[in-house]
Amino acid sequence: MAEELFNESVSELSRLMAQGSLSSVDLMRAVIARTKAVDPRIRAFNSFDEADALAQARASDERRAEAKASGSGGPPRPLEGIPIGMKDVISVAGQPLTASSQILAGFISPYDATATRKLKEAGAICWGRLNLDEFAMGSSTENSAFGTTSNPWDLERVPGGSSGGSAAAVAAGEAIASLGSDTGGSIRQPAALCSVVGMKPSYGRVSRYGLIAFASSLDQIGPFARSVEDAATVLGVISGHDPRDSTSLKIDVPDYNRGIADFVKAGRRWKLGVPKEYFGDGLDPEVGAAVQAAIDEYRRMGCEIREVSLPHTKYAVGAYYIIATAECSSNLARFDGVRYGHRSAAATDAVDLYFKSRAEGFGPEVKRRIILGTYVLSSGYYDAYYLRAQKVRTLIRRDFLEAYKEVDAIVTPTSPTPAFKKGEKAANPLAMYLNDIYTIGVNLAGLPGISLPCGFTKSGLPIGLQVIGQPFRETELLAVARGYEERTHWRERRPKL
Amino acid sequence: MPKPEDLKLDHVANLARISLTNEEKERFTAQLGDVLNYIAQLNEVNVDGVEPTAHAFPVVNVWAPDIPEPALSVEDALRNAPEKRDNMFVVPKVVE
Repeated sequence: MAEELFNESVSELSRLMAQGSLSSVDLMRAVIARTKAVDPRIRAFNSFDEADALAQARASDERRAEAKASGSGGPPRPLEGIPIGMKDVISVAGQPLTASSQILAGFISPYDATATRKLKEAGAICWGRLNLDEFAMGSSTENSAFGTTSNPWDLERVPGGSSGGSAAAVAAGEAIASLGSDTGGSIRQPAALCSVVGMKPSYGRVSRYGLIAFASSLDQIGPFARSVEDAATVLGVISGHDPRDSTSLKIDVPDYNRGIADFVKAGRRWKLGVPKEYFGDGLDPEVGAAVQAAIDEYRRMGCEIREVSLPHTKYAVGAYYIIATAECSSNLARFDGVRYGHRSAAATDAVDLYFKSRAEGFGPEVKRRIILGTYVLSSGYYDAYYLRAQKVRTLIRRDFLEAYKEVDAIVTPTSPTPAFKKGEKAANPLAMYLNDIYTIGVNLAGLPGISLPCGFTKSGLPIGLQVIGQPFRETELLAVARGYEERTHWRERRPKL
Repeated sequence: MPKPEDLKLDHVANLARISLTNEEKERFTAQLGDVLNYIAQLNEVNVDGVEPTAHAFPVVNVWAPDIPEPALSVEDALRNAPEKRDNMFVVPKVVE
């Protein structure tokens, strides 16, 4: 039995549209109908613009018809007619951009992010505004000012975060693929908790222009999809140097899917590192067992498994919460009630306008992080906190580069636990932060990382496997992930909704 | 490393230009105290002679040719303004 359209892969839908048996408008209608049916329960979207999405789909069908009529066919654009959900921190011209914050309620993007522009040029339909933890600060989507997203596998539980809406939408058939952003695990952790593929590219691979900045030295945009192949297709579209982001690197963008196929054809046997520090206290036994089974599967594929050590792992969360909050306190200074965003009606003078607009506009987690970041940068504390954290960052990065002298990639759990219940960690920020213990080091080191489904708990909650690659070796990373995916069937399961 | 109780919330909130309620001050002091206690383990790390990392892949001196390009129109730049007049942002009186 074939999948419902809204649950199909990018590759299969592209094939159906290329052979003329499916139009983009019909696909978009199916996705809209699905979204209307399930989103009242999932709440993955902050908003969606049905008329705009259908207009984009019609334009796609017209492009396809024109190319056919003129015979100037050539290969179609890589995402022609495919609805891609957009995390509500990525600008789409003319659409709302809220970062799930009251301070940006009503804001309309005046321009496209570079990732958005590239999706549109590739024929994709930019679909809806997906929920997140306010300003991407959180691991559960509970910090959204507009309501919590539910995990499609268990509506009582969180989808992870901060890109919880992006993960839940793909898992629930409300988008064919989606974009998220990942500062400390915000793509990989929700991907693991919702049983989809989620990838953070190397820092500098994808332009951050038009992405609302949280921590500029850590943020990257990346894809969610239902297969490694689909994730590679979307990543290929959004990758590349951009003069508007001076930290995006001028290096070639390979054809990821061709590269994956070449590695598979060559029967490459990878050397994979298993860091002992990622399998200690705090790891849920069912998650540990599923990841161990995945490692065994790699061994059966002929891969060489080596224990490696990343000795500074236990310091990653501490270093991260200094660096990320320091950067956020600086980035979020722009929300001052003057040029855009919420302006307090109660302000008595210009300076009071800042205090009151920010107090009224930001939610508690954002305030906490701005306070912490301001503190670690303040006079008398800079060296003890911020500078020390930057030095620890160097050591964390060195650990990875040292391991890569021995192995091609590193395999770990993505998250120490499966999806937790809503409210369970909401009052305890530190417990929430520790949820990102396996994903944060990757951001500090600027590495590419991917999470893919590797099993379920007895109670039916998804478990994710994280594969961490070498800088700018996304093709190898994707090929390692694809090797496992090809031999297992976890990704074929769908939540009952 | 400083102690968690060194965090003077009124002072830092003033630097950050955020007014906090008493309830928020109480809650944040406790929650950030936990976080700062946790962060204190960074003291165990020997960082002597270690260079700080600001970016994983530092790129320096990114030059671009100085060519004027179309930018946001005044109308687009002002579209999200909370208050505007005569192609300008309106703010409360700054100078008496």
